[in-house]
Amino acid sequence: MPSIAKPLARHPALKQNELGLTIRDYEGSMSTLCAGCGHDSITAAIVRALWEISMQPHMLAKMSGIGCSSKTPAYFVNGAHGFNSAHGRMPAITTGAAAANRELTYIGVSGDGDSLSIGIGHMCHAIRRNVRMVYIIENNGVYGLTKGQFSASADVGSKSKRGEPNQFAPIDPVMLALSIGATFVARSFSGDKEQLVPILKAAFRHRGMALIDVISPCVTFNDHTGSTKSYLYTRKHAVSATDADLVPPASEIVANISAQDVTAVTLHDGSILRFRSVPEGYDPTDRVKVTSYLQQRQQKGEIITGLLFVNEHVPDMHEMNNTSDTPLARMPYEKLCPGSAALEQLQEEFR
Amino acid sequence: MDATDINNPQYFHKVVDCQWACPAHTNVPEYIRLIAQGRYTDAYMVNRESNVFPAILGRTCDRPCEPACRRGRVDTHPVAICRLKRVAADLKGEIKHLLPKIPAQKNGKRIACIGAGPASLTVANDLMPIGYEVTIFEKLDKPGGLMRSNIPAFRLPEQVLTEEVNLILDMGVEIRYNSPVKSMRELLASGYDAVFVGSGAPRGKDLELPGRHETDRIHIGIDWLESIAFGHIHSIGERVLIIGVGNTAMDCCRSSCRLGGKEIKVMARRPRPYFKASPWELEDAEEEGVEIVVNHAPKQFVIENGKLTGMIFERLEWDAQAKKSRTLDEVFYPADDVILAIGQENAFPWIERDLRIEFDKWGLPVVNETTFESTRAGVFFGGDSAFGPKNIIWAVEHGHQAAISIHNFCRSIPVTERPAAGMKLMSQKMGISEWSYHNDYNPVHRQKMKHVDLAERFRKLNIEVELGFDAEQTAREVERCLNCDIQTVFSAPRCIECDACIDVCPVQCLTITRNGEELDLRSRLSAPALNLDQALYVSPPLPHTQRIMVKDEDICVHCGLCAERCPTAAWDMQKFELAIAYADSTSCMNSYVPA
Ligand SMILES: Cc1cc2nc3c(=O)[nH]c(=O)nc-3n(C[C@H](O)[C@H](O)[C@H](O)COP(=O)(O)OP(=O)(O)OC[C@H]3O[C@@H](n4cnc5c(N)ncnc54)[C@H](O)[C@@H]3O)c2cc1C
Ligand SMILES: Cc1ncc(C[n+]2csc(CCOP(=O)(O)OP(=O)(O)O)c2C)c(N)n1
Ligand code: SF4
Ligand code: SF4
Ligand code: SF4
Ligand SMILES: [Mg+2]
Repeated sequence: MPSIAKPLARHPALKQNELGLTIRDYEGSMSTLCAGCGHDSITAAIVRALWEISMQPHMLAKMSGIGCSSKTPAYFVNGAHGFNSAHGRMPAITTGAAAANRELTYIGVSGDGDSLSIGIGHMCHAIRRNVRMVYIIENNGVYGLTKGQFSASADVGSKSKRGEPNQFAPIDPVMLALSIGATFVARSFSGDKEQLVPILKAAFRHRGMALIDVISPCVTFNDHTGSTKSYLYTRKHAVSATDADLVPPASEIVANISAQDVTAVTLHDGSILRFRSVPEGYDPTDRVKVTSYLQQRQQKGEIITGLLFVNEHVPDMHEMNNTSDTPLARMPYEKLCPGSAALEQLQEEFR
Repeated sequence: MDATDINNPQYFHKVVDCQWACPAHTNVPEYIRLIAQGRYTDAYMVNRESNVFPAILGRTCDRPCEPACRRGRVDTHPVAICRLKRVAADLKGEIKHLLPKIPAQKNGKRIACIGAGPASLTVANDLMPIGYEVTIFEKLDKPGGLMRSNIPAFRLPEQVLTEEVNLILDMGVEIRYNSPVKSMRELLASGYDAVFVGSGAPRGKDLELPGRHETDRIHIGIDWLESIAFGHIHSIGERVLIIGVGNTAMDCCRSSCRLGGKEIKVMARRPRPYFKASPWELEDAEEEGVEIVVNHAPKQFVIENGKLTGMIFERLEWDAQAKKSRTLDEVFYPADDVILAIGQENAFPWIERDLRIEFDKWGLPVVNETTFESTRAGVFFGGDSAFGPKNIIWAVEHGHQAAISIHNFCRSIPVTERPAAGMKLMSQKMGISEWSYHNDYNPVHRQKMKHVDLAERFRKLNIEVELGFDAEQTAREVERCLNCDIQTVFSAPRCIECDACIDVCPVQCLTITRNGEELDLRSRLSAPALNLDQALYVSPPLPHTQRIMVKDEDICVHCGLCAERCPTAAWDMQKFELAIAYADSTSCMNSYVPA
């Protein structure tokens, strides 16, 4: 952990976004993670994406559970709301928060331990409900915070720091999410911000839950030669399958999207997700094709990255439940809780 | 781009902006850290090694280091480098025992220096410790050159000047006062092994306009200041016009304030951005009630009944670049005295023109810019005499270089064979997140120099106006230094491209990217590096991806966070020390190391 705070000195030519904020206005406290942790790079990508889309800090809610990864919301956007929940409960708490206040933008940061072990049930149900949020799994194959035990995402045969191989089959959050109806699925690498930042920007504009699995090497417990989640291994095996970027609404380029763009998906808010390159025959809106493509390539030992699947037609939790446009959090108390007479009347209807 | 050659001492030297800009390459960050630790004597000695006159320069230096200071690029104002130098000088302890030892056994070589200004004194300072016998011939009856005769005592107290000049004279220099050299031919015939001309640029420019010679109330600035310094002038009329707006003009107007002047105007031809005087000298003059009048060109002196009554000026209107002007009308300004401060010239009436010492068409000697040798072997020039009026710190640097040449010349080594500069790099890591220097960025503002109040300072001619920084101001100002000599040193084979350094850098000066041509690379960095004066530090290819690490040196604040956040110590913070070569090259290699 660094001994000093990040200097206030700024680059004299720092640009401002639409809100007049510089990228440094989206920073948080100084990281206390190990030097070189992939999670810090993801934090930097989140900072950049939020700055680029001109997110209003006070309209953002940062949600997390327990783990090194779950600590990171403290390291970005100091001016946002935040909730650090119990281990694995981030998706459940976020579901509740989103139900109560649909006006905020939610970003949940979790780990492979937090989401794929203790919290896997909560995660699956949040995916099924299509809670409108950006859900990031900072995936390092270990429980970093508790000193490097294998997590549920560790590959069979991947070695621990002390040399023992993992024997249990891994849970792949991307395949899992695709199989239970996820509407936006991506995989990226902490060491590739050029890919991760555009994915994050698209995720913030998605209609429902955007799940992003980010390989994020644990430099202390899982960056050795026998590991399949090290910097070097990931660099050698990662294959970027798709190249997508986001064209915001009201941007002139919208009109220019040419026919040769393989797929252009119009998002709920009018912005356009443009896939500049995808493999032949790949359709990022076709769940079956995407699933089989991933299975084939993963069999060859490739780590497929990119924005892999998107379906903008599925309603989110609020739409499905036909909830009030006014967030519950802003409803007058009398309306929210109309009293025992009203309850009585309601119950009467079911008698 | 090719990978940066960090074994060349000039690469890291250039990163230390102040040291690079200082003509004598004073190790500024090192002395500021020593001041911060209360080690004033050590701070003084680090200064003295390169600039020879820390107490004098701490008050009067033209400070080319300050506009260059990195702090000015990331914050509004540079570090008050010059005034911190004064702190070291004011608070130092005994230093005699730290000065170089003068050998009793001389080397048999005798050197003549003409003039006892900073250039000649530096030559003596560098040559005495190696065993030379140095004789200085001085026209006046006191040493110091323009530092004594022209820089007013309210800026530079006499005892400060005397103390530092005496440190050199006390090395055993033979100084002959009241001894103007009247014939170079005679001097050359008197058996010296080498001659150094440090006679300055002694002639103030005149202004030939109608009426110029009909009164004795028109003065040449530098002669007038000299007369004040030597006690020949004690008063001036109430209304004074100063012609010219350089630093001499500033000393003339401020001296007038102290001699009875009441209505003092500095008359400038051009608009303010084009003034020669340093901004701080203008500020100090205006604080004393001097009025600066722009866009006025002198036309004629007005003399009535043999008495100066004032001057007529043309009022000018300039174009946007202040290149071309147009006369609007003429105006009269009343005056009791006029002081001409429009520049100085070199004059060498005492150098015969048949000595193979060549002069150019402007009357300047033809002098080699590296060796300071004239066209006659064994005759060297330095200071204002070499290339026209500059300043003290340049005179000192010329003196150092001339001393190297003289030492070579006396040993029959070609003067073009210059000893090379060396460097030391030392890791500053003390432990996890622990560095031997203070890497925290302190946002405190530049401290303002306090002045003696106006009424008090005009009471006498020699009341020093600047009070110097007090303890608290010093404590704050030293923390503004960014320690630019603590270099970020990169080892490519160690880098695992985790991006930690790039993400943490507060000023976005690091990038990992594919290589390219410099201009292309500069535009692709985390923050575009548009200041072409500052280098890009380019690594060899990185092991994982063959991309390169690029650092824009421009605005790095040397916080060390890149090194702190690097898991493999690919970045390290290392203290850079430039080993400057002096005549006594042994003393250069063991440059002053604080105990
Ligand atoms: C008014 C004024 C204010 C200045 N203020 C500053 C300032 O604040 N900061 C700064 O850095 N610089 C300042 N300067 C400039 C600075 O003083 C000079 O650049 C510097 O002193 C030059 O040093 P030097 O050794 O070359 O010569 P000088 O200092 O000019 O010394 C030359 C010496 O040679 C002697 N001499 C000349 N001819 C002969 C001869 N034939 N025989 C024997 N002796 C001779 C002269 O008497 C003199 O003592 C100022 C200059 C002026 C005029
Ligand atoms: C209920 C509960 N069970 C167990 C723990 C211990 N624990 C803390 S963090 C953690 C795993 C974190 O792993 P991951 O989510 O992958 O985060 P990482 O540190 O790897 O980023 C565990 C098991 C806990 N804090 N709470
Ligand atoms: S233990 Fe691993 S996951 Fe946790 S901070 Fe350190 S490197 Fe990152
Ligand atoms: S020392 Fe490192 S982190 Fe700090 S400003 Fe310089 S390059 Fe950036
Ligand atoms: S922190 Fe170190 S290992 Fe990581 S990218 Fe920077 S130099 Fe390379
Ligand atoms: Mg983990």
